[in-house]
Amino acid sequence: MEIPDRQGHFRVSEEEIPLGGRYVPETLMSALLELEENYLRIKDNQDFQGELSNYLSSYAGRPTPLYYAERLTAKLKGAKIYLKREDLCHTGAHKINNTLGQVLLAKKMGKSRIIAETGAGQHGVATATACAMFGLPCEIYMGEEDIDRQVLNVFRMRLLGAKVNPVSSGSKTLKDAINEALRDWVTNVCTTYYVIGSVVGPHPYPMMVRDFQAVIGRETRSQILELEGKPPDYLVACVGGGSNALGLFHPFYEDKMAFIGVEAAGLGIATGRHAASLLAGELGVLHGTLSYVLQDKDGQILTTHSISAGLDYPGVGPEHSFYKQTGRAEYVSVSDREALDAFKLLASCEGIIPALESAHAIAYVAKLAPTLEQDKIVIINLSGRGDKDVQVALKAIEEGHE
Amino acid sequence: MNRLKTQFGEFCERGEACFIPFITVGYPDLETSCDLVLEFERRGAGVVELGVPFSDPIADGVVIQRASEASLKKGTTLVDVLDLVRNLRSKSSIPLVLLTYYNPVYKYGIRRFVENAVEAGVDGVIVPDLPPEEAGVLKREAEGRLNTIFLLAPTSTEERIRLIVQFSTGFVYYVSLTGITGIRERLASAILPHIEKIRRFTNLPIGVGFGISNPEQAAEVASFADGVIVGSAIVDLISKNEGDSELVHKVGEFASSLIAGMKQGVRKEEMNRA
Repeated sequence: MEIPDRQGHFRVSEEEIPLGGRYVPETLMSALLELEENYLRIKDNQDFQGELSNYLSSYAGRPTPLYYAERLTAKLKGAKIYLKREDLCHTGAHKINNTLGQVLLAKKMGKSRIIAETGAGQHGVATATACAMFGLPCEIYMGEEDIDRQVLNVFRMRLLGAKVNPVSSGSKTLKDAINEALRDWVTNVCTTYYVIGSVVGPHPYPMMVRDFQAVIGRETRSQILELEGKPPDYLVACVGGGSNALGLFHPFYEDKMAFIGVEAAGLGIATGRHAASLLAGELGVLHGTLSYVLQDKDGQILTTHSISAGLDYPGVGPEHSFYKQTGRAEYVSVSDREALDAFKLLASCEGIIPALESAHAIAYVAKLAPTLEQDKIVIINLSGRGDKDVQVALKAIEEGHE
Repeated sequence: MNRLKTQFGEFCERGEACFIPFITVGYPDLETSCDLVLEFERRGAGVVELGVPFSDPIADGVVIQRASEASLKKGTTLVDVLDLVRNLRSKSSIPLVLLTYYNPVYKYGIRRFVENAVEAGVDGVIVPDLPPEEAGVLKREAEGRLNTIFLLAPTSTEERIRLIVQFSTGFVYYVSLTGITGIRERLASAILPHIEKIRRFTNLPIGVGFGISNPEQAAEVASFADGVIVGSAIVDLISKNEGDSELVHKVGEFASSLIAGMKQGVRKEEMNRA
């Protein structure tokens, strides 16, 4: 089945307003239609895909390994655990798969300026990297609060030649950075390409970002068949906007195995200080798409909390909402504390410091794996490396010991 | 819902363009919002646009963003806006159009929103982040009861103009520039050719907004449009006079200056034609 449809809709039933779509000011509609048309043209174009594939291997370091986490498996005494090592990608996370694809597309479309939003800075760095490599000017919108929290990533973006525009409106975080990037795009739509960093936003972004990230799942499929001679039983990934999860899940959509998306429970869902849109949100429209959203009773968007900046977002990609409503995926949540424990666990047990985002997926598998038979196979998407998080983790661990 | 049609008809007969001021409801407070609407009516505005505050107003510049934020901090909700309209209806019959982002309406329930808006005395609704492609349910519910005003932009193709005028009732809203709301020193170029193009596809009145902030600009737009929408300049004046007991009067004076400008603009155009 091809999802979404040509309007970008994910339809669960005929009665309900479909998920996804394009909820944007009219000024952007022609640009979205133009982008969709161009994307559909290159989607199955061998020259474009060949060129992208070449960059992904020679520049971004693909394919990434599928690593059997033997000591973690032994420690948890259950299912066999594999890690898809997206942390080994250039710039340290899966984000580069998407930005190389989109910036290459922007170049083919003749756009002369690139903009993007960033929360913690990972997507900003990945976009600035792709722009430096392709020689395009780049501006990144980032909330003032995130700029304070992520000084090193701001420096990295500037080093890569990007201009970082502080955003002082609203909660001064990722959600407001997206608002500001959308406002820039509305204003400069004729010359500018907006690189959205996750499977969110108006159609065609959720579909396009998913497709650029699907290289993760395609590689995983051939790797696991080679290593184990059979498909996995569980695919587990963290979900903020949800691009690393869909990148792993989507190529297995028609298969039987379980998909588990792990959201950030922050200080606990009951406290209201979390970012679990699928588990605790309601349907709504944010940033151009209809999906689960954390909002109050009047439809105002709430601020979120997670120790992991990459998961700290009140919305989620519409395809995840579709998977939730159709039961194709199961969504669970993991608290800051559990994620931090998993961060330490993977570091000490496997010598891999995971991103705090990815640590959410590991934390859930630490609970799941012991309940499974040893012949079951679990694959975790290790979406990023944790070097960026050591300061946050240090602070949290120290506070935890007090 | 026909108040809007009647009003544009009357302005048209008099050979005038209709002044359409915008305010963010609840900024600085609900009482002032109420007073401002009555003041606009006294000054000769034809329609008032009431902005429902939203946490993430992606089509708005900093002036309306801040007003929206301040209004939300005071706790303004869609229910308050509807109550304000209900309250105004005992004193005023000026056509009132709500400008709201889609999520508050979606959350409220689209059918319930239309029913309550009609019952309160709202004449039309503008949803800046709802293109016709996603507006099927709202359109169906509003049919024959509540005007649905859709936006056209400089980037709209002919195909889209056709679609949007088909979905619009009451008037169509032409966004004069490629950008967000806000005060601009100069009007966008080539508004007139766009208006002429839109007129080839519809007989609906055309309101023009975004970036119109002084009597000269209002005059120019009034010479070819049916409605002149002014938002940020008014909200900015409100913010500069917050706490001043003369606030409503000062905003009223500004409205009068815009209306005077518009009348001159129309006259100049007539003289040019003669």
